[in-house]
Amino acid sequence: MCFFDFGFMTNSPPPPSNAELARLVRALDEAGTAIALVDAVRDLAAAENPEAIPYLMDALKFNNPGAAVAAVEGLVTLGTVAVEPIMAQIDGYNYGARAWATRALSEIGDPRALDLMLAVADGDFAPSVRRSAVKGLGCLRWQELSAAVRRDRQQQVVPIMVKACTDVEWVVRYGAIAGIQAFLSNPTTHDRDLRNQLFDSLKHVSKEDSDFAIRLRSRYALESLSMVP
Amino acid sequence: MNNQQGEITAESLTLEEAIANLRSDDPSLRYYAAWWVGRFRVDLPEVIDALIDGLEFTGDAEDGVFPLQRNVARALGKLDDCRAVNPLIAKLTSPDFYVREAAAQSLGMLGGPQAIEPLRQLLTGGIAAAVQVPGKPHLVQPYDSILEALGELGATESIAEIEPFVKHPLEKVAYGAARAMYQLTGDAQYGEKLVQALQGPDLQLRRAALSDVGAIGYLEAAKAIFNTEAENSLKLYSLKGLLEHPKAQGSASGQSQGALQGDQDSDLTAVQTQIMDLMDGLL
Repeated sequence: MCFFDFGFMTNSPPPPSNAELARLVRALDEAGTAIALVDAVRDLAAAENPEAIPYLMDALKFNNPGAAVAAVEGLVTLGTVAVEPIMAQIDGYNYGARAWATRALSEIGDPRALDLMLAVADGDFAPSVRRSAVKGLGCLRWQELSAAVRRDRQQQVVPIMVKACTDVEWVVRYGAIAGIQAFLSNPTTHDRDLRNQLFDSLKHVSKEDSDFAIRLRSRYALESLSMVP
Repeated sequence: MNNQQGEITAESLTLEEAIANLRSDDPSLRYYAAWWVGRFRVDLPEVIDALIDGLEFTGDAEDGVFPLQRNVARALGKLDDCRAVNPLIAKLTSPDFYVREAAAQSLGMLGGPQAIEPLRQLLTGGIAAAVQVPGKPHLVQPYDSILEALGELGATESIAEIEPFVKHPLEKVAYGAARAMYQLTGDAQYGEKLVQALQGPDLQLRRAALSDVGAIGYLEAAKAIFNTEAENSLKLYSLKGLLEHPKAQGSASGQSQGALQGDQDSDLTAVQTQIMDLMDGLL
């Protein structure tokens, strides 16, 4: 998971021939059952072909969680090359598809998605989208930004993560704590004031949150962070 | 509650409007207000009074009566006021299947032991009587809800009546029975039946099984929850149920949830951290 993976992701291997892609897309079109659909998306994802990205994005809308999981895995494997197409095709109407796409961006961790993630972490009406985005803010590959840009961007991100700790939905608060833990574990996040704000949030939530699971998760974060050298 | 105020002002009703609408002559306003007070957990005494009156609502428009009663029954289940128990028991004999279903579910949530006998009576005739009503999309009774409620209420006296339903041909009913049997006996074979449902081909049943294993705190299901093909939001909610269950705190009996939840300083258990690691992977 992204907590421990701050290395630069490698791009996909050379794409297979177009004939191969056409065959996989046809199999997707012809899938007649939910299970066949999952298999077809898995095959398409396994091709690791950037030309498959639009089809993988479509698979997020099928209301088929198995297909969506396979599509997200495919997009995450493609990594950096998938970031712009995902942002271009993110679904403004189907919040289920939007949550899966946000999850893919969070897993990839590319800073080019930062503006989109900031906007949906704070403003999306769907808890599953806010959850994925706020976690993704913490998991960003901060080291890819210059020191000056990074400083400005972290000033934007921290208040959003702090605010998400008081979201009405427990699952967004859970995502916020996971995101904060990842952020505090990143070697580039050394601004003392920002770190203090985040630690204060974790400590407050660990004592005051209405949900036991959230108090536990923030304690887990605090204990894990105290063990980091 | 977190941001209770912000949540309420974000909606189209004010608290005053909702309370007033609970007694409106317009069934559709009452219907929405009943949903609203349940959703936002408005457990004020005047709200409970209005809802209990709403259970007896018999307006002119025949069409609106049962939908309203169902919504009112569901809201009462969420508001944790034991005054609702007896009025809900009365609705277990409603002519409307879905009113009976909502009443059974809410009685399970409210936890009044006086509901056990009336719920048991709906199982009369056993599995042989539990057949589809001709021309309707449902069985004679809302068996899955009744069985689940008996499990929630700890009705160990009804184990012998519940057990045969584990073999009911309708999977939804069989899983409801398995859930209740696990709660009443702690026997892992019933938990494993729900784990099988998590791996089954039907998305609706997988979703229901996620809710079940989370509610009963079947810790052995954690990996299966993580791996099941369903929405991550449902899987997270299911795992939250395990994480918050007293068994995850190393309490074998599961009786002292309140005391343990208040204890901020008890060490995190290995089970708890494993569940949280799984949850992190679903965000």
